[in-house]
Amino acid sequence: MIYNMEFETLPREALEAIQLRRLRANVERIYATVPFYRRKLDEAGVKPGDIQSLKDLSRLPFTTKQDLRDNYPFGMFAVPMDNVVRIHASSGTTGQPTVVGYTARDVATWAELMARALSAGGASRGDIIHNAYGYGLFTGGLGVHYGAEKLGASVIPISGGNTKRQVLIMRDFGPTILTCTPSYALHLAEAAQEMGVDFSALKFKSGIFGAEPWSETMRLEIERILHLSAVDIYGLSEVIGPGVAIECVEAKKGLHIFEDHFLPEIIRPETGDPAGPGETGELVFTSLTKEAFPILRYRTRDISSLNYAPCICGRTMVRMTRVSGRTDDMLIIRGVNVFPSQIESVLMEMTEVEPHYQLVVDREGTLDNLTVNVEVGEQAFSDEVKDLLTLEKKIAKNIKETLGVSVRVKLVEPKTIARSEGKAQRVIDNRKI
Amino acid sequence: MFAEQISVFLENKSGRLAEVSRVLAEAGVNIRALSLADTSDFGILRIIVDDNRKADSALKDAGFTVRKTRVVAVEVADRPGGLHEILEFLQTSKINVEYMYAFVRQKQDNAVMIFRFDNTDQAVLALTEKGFSVIKGETLYTM
Repeated sequence: MIYNMEFETLPREALEAIQLRRLRANVERIYATVPFYRRKLDEAGVKPGDIQSLKDLSRLPFTTKQDLRDNYPFGMFAVPMDNVVRIHASSGTTGQPTVVGYTARDVATWAELMARALSAGGASRGDIIHNAYGYGLFTGGLGVHYGAEKLGASVIPISGGNTKRQVLIMRDFGPTILTCTPSYALHLAEAAQEMGVDFSALKFKSGIFGAEPWSETMRLEIERILHLSAVDIYGLSEVIGPGVAIECVEAKKGLHIFEDHFLPEIIRPETGDPAGPGETGELVFTSLTKEAFPILRYRTRDISSLNYAPCICGRTMVRMTRVSGRTDDMLIIRGVNVFPSQIESVLMEMTEVEPHYQLVVDREGTLDNLTVNVEVGEQAFSDEVKDLLTLEKKIAKNIKETLGVSVRVKLVEPKTIARSEGKAQRVIDNRKI
Repeated sequence: MFAEQISVFLENKSGRLAEVSRVLAEAGVNIRALSLADTSDFGILRIIVDDNRKADSALKDAGFTVRKTRVVAVEVADRPGGLHEILEFLQTSKINVEYMYAFVRQKQDNAVMIFRFDNTDQAVLALTEKGFSVIKGETLYTM
């Protein structure tokens, strides 16, 4: 169901008019209130008044995670602390945490967007939402919580951890919507099985999973094991938290970005140039309505592409493809950008192989060589050498056709490549540059 | 009239063959014949064992990719020209041999060859009609 029929189904021209109006006001205000942005714009030789159309967005400088760290903790806030009612922070596993703030209106906006997201994922008033995202500095728990209340659903603020108790509550309270990370969903299913609780007897109809990368294969696995419809939710604290984009339960083909609040772009990560229509690249966001922590052209380092085609659900908001990796994983092979996720999709489309792969890059002389190790499952295994060689050639040909880069395919034994999603070592780069 | 052979996919790295023999030894499976086809990256180990079911499940449990293939075991006179008689016959009958290897047998008049044909049924029919002795799987595993 569409929560905000007026905004979520705006015709493109009307939406762009709103975006432009909000962008101009936003840049104006940021320039006046945040010294960091004023300096960046001055350095780039851009004045807020130069923003005459949405195309002018590309004249603005990028903001990176490092910029947020440099301004730790509150240096990027655009309002006095008097007006900040909430503070969240990222975990900071790879460095200093990044800190974000919200005014009362920001919290209300966020709740509205999360209500839209939950609704797109199949929730409505009357549903019971088992919210196993962590509550705390992490935006997941509270983000879903406020959206659920705004929607009028009943929320169980169970947070993460204590899995056994979660299973008992799922059995006894009869929640209909599950919100957590996809890996925790599978963990819950395992625990339930050990405790003799049958997921097919529970009342779940939808699961809204995010905060970590997952794949189409994992979706099918979750749907099969948990007996629910699984959708992907996207967000990051630097932009607002969860509720930046959501898959609709009708199509489950790309995540609708709430464009009336966030302006998305796809850029080529190595040059920063705008990518062509439908091209895969780095996702960049500009906030349009945020007060306490507005952000200009934030480089998410997430790999995605944008699809402006109409969706069967009726929403007109652009769809981003599920985040398939990070720009940190991007390889440049003989001048061609290669994302491990692209290799994965080629393999996914071939029924005879399994999408378990690893990329090994070597430099021989001055030439880069990419080897794709692919596991041989029973389906692919012929006991004749020529069949396996043909399979290797076919994989290489499909990769060449899709990515435009020649690779060497090497068949390897099953389970020799790490299974876990997320942080699996998909790439081994042996180049010494 | 065909026999079952177990094929195992092996990466071309040290210790993999030994791992197969270890798994089979621990499962109490006796290897009766084997052949190894290899490329620079991978190999395919083909074995005839005394207990297919046991071998298959032991290897799968150990994480190997395993496949069962139908092969044909044919008795060959153990003298010069013995093998040639069969191969010549197969050639004139236009029956393709995908691969073949020898079966270990002690102190017998005839040797046994294991053949993989692209058309197993047709090959078995032609060979028996011509009077070659094709050995049944059950007999072969315990020979």
